[in-house]
Amino acid sequence: MMKKTYRTQKIAFFFLLVATLLIVIPVGIIVVIIIQKGMPGINWEFLSDIPRKGMRAGGIFPAIIGTIYLVSGAIAFALPIGLLAAIYLSEYSKDNLLTRIIKLAIVNLAGVPSVVYGLFGLALFVVFFKFGASILSGSLTLGIMILPIIITASREALESVPYSFREVSLSLGASKWQTIRNIVLPNAISGILTGTILGLGRAAGETAPILFTVAAFYLPRLPQSIFDQAMALPYHLYVISTQVPNVDEKIRYGTALVLLAIVLFMNLIAIVIRYQLRKKKKW
Amino acid sequence: MRKVKEFIIEKLIFLSGLASIFFVVLIFLFLMKEGLSVFKTISFPDFIGGNKWYPISEPAQLGIKPLILGSLLVTLGAAIISIPIGIGCAIYIAEVAPKKLKEFLKAGIELLAAIPSVVLGFVGMVTLVPFVKSIFHLPTGLTAISGSIMLAFMAMPTIVSIAEDALYSVPKIYKEGALALGATHWQTIYRVMLPASSSGILAAVMLGIGRVIGETMAVMMITGNAAVIPTSILQPVRTLTATIAAEMGEAVVGSEHYFALFAVGIVLFVISFAINVTADIFLHGERK
Repeated sequence: MMKKTYRTQKIAFFFLLVATLLIVIPVGIIVVIIIQKGMPGINWEFLSDIPRKGMRAGGIFPAIIGTIYLVSGAIAFALPIGLLAAIYLSEYSKDNLLTRIIKLAIVNLAGVPSVVYGLFGLALFVVFFKFGASILSGSLTLGIMILPIIITASREALESVPYSFREVSLSLGASKWQTIRNIVLPNAISGILTGTILGLGRAAGETAPILFTVAAFYLPRLPQSIFDQAMALPYHLYVISTQVPNVDEKIRYGTALVLLAIVLFMNLIAIVIRYQLRKKKKW
Repeated sequence: MRKVKEFIIEKLIFLSGLASIFFVVLIFLFLMKEGLSVFKTISFPDFIGGNKWYPISEPAQLGIKPLILGSLLVTLGAAIISIPIGIGCAIYIAEVAPKKLKEFLKAGIELLAAIPSVVLGFVGMVTLVPFVKSIFHLPTGLTAISGSIMLAFMAMPTIVSIAEDALYSVPKIYKEGALALGATHWQTIYRVMLPASSSGILAAVMLGIGRVIGETMAVMMITGNAAVIPTSILQPVRTLTATIAAEMGEAVVGSEHYFALFAVGIVLFVISFAINVTADIFLHGERK
């Protein structure tokens, strides 16, 4: 009897392990394939040249620059609003219906399908505000999309600052805002940074929101202003892997590798900051 | 002077706090503004229940039933794959794995969550699609099942991390009580931990499915995009999301086609809204 129950446990744990391996191994394979087949295509020319011969040769420089512009714009829009919203939720909000609705709105904002963000950006920024397909429209669309990530991460960081820190500051005569600025924010900065970087990574990798708001199929020069269209890495990967026939495998894998490397690098930084933070936390 | 400055700052903080509500409402309003115009030319039942999606023929036929069924089929396939694997992995990480392995596995899951969908779509195209084509002897590997497998990988990180949180938040005394009564570790997990965290796990599954329904790029790249009513999982299908992404570029602003694609967007928004609100109720109820 005893033996049988332990055998059941062994079998059950075996299947749990199999389930875990079914996720982890394919992830490993995906990353290894992209690195292995992408590395031969990566050289200085690939990173610094414009696409040539109908994107079948040359490099991906305009797409990299476009993605940098878009991500910077998105963060410039989302970070101030997201941080202030997080301060509201952690320092000012009371446990009432309004707070509940705000939290529900954040959850929903995070769940809106990315292509619906694209539609929204098209209707509001491109058509209604007449920004056209431009870096401005694309950045704002991506900015709204990453807002929930920044709010959630910043709020957690702010809330993890012990309450006694605030009490000490307030009891010394500091105002509420002085306490937030001088005591709460400095102690929460790494958590906020982590959330911001994760938001950056997400914005860099998304394709659907920029499809109709900014992305140019092929633009052999760099954008001159925020009202210009731009190429972007994820859209470029989509274009050369589905829309343009006979693109050399090296270029496709190379582009995928550059995009993956940017996104994973940002996630790695976020993980490192979080790890450092956990190690040196004094409270 | 300082008082005035702080007053302004605190008002700004309050307004930013409301920003999320503002944006959700704004998204909904602008989808409605553009999407509802399509119902001037086609009735709502014809739009939802129509069998033919030929948006650029004359006259245009705008039935989205093939697209809804395409989305459902791909999502169902992805759910069947990702739910058992995802929950199994969550239990393994939360309960069975040694501490060091646990950190490693969590990082692996985070890595998967971070891979952009267009990269997963690309990898699916060059590896999975030819594989599906050859093992099922199909004319094309761009099928619903290829999409389901790839999308399962996008649902899993969500399912694993939320289900793991749910298991983790079960009070320690439940587990200790079961073990003290002589139950094995597995019996404790199966009879005590899982029932106690069931609402959180349900929320995990729902949010995972929500992620799948809304996924666009990978699904567009590997499901073949044929807007026909699917009869088999080995057939090309077209989803709601892929239709918007593939056609909006060509639709003329203000045309019937343009309005119809926004109406598809409304359908997606309503589905994701319903899923997120329900999942939130499950999670919120559990926290109490």
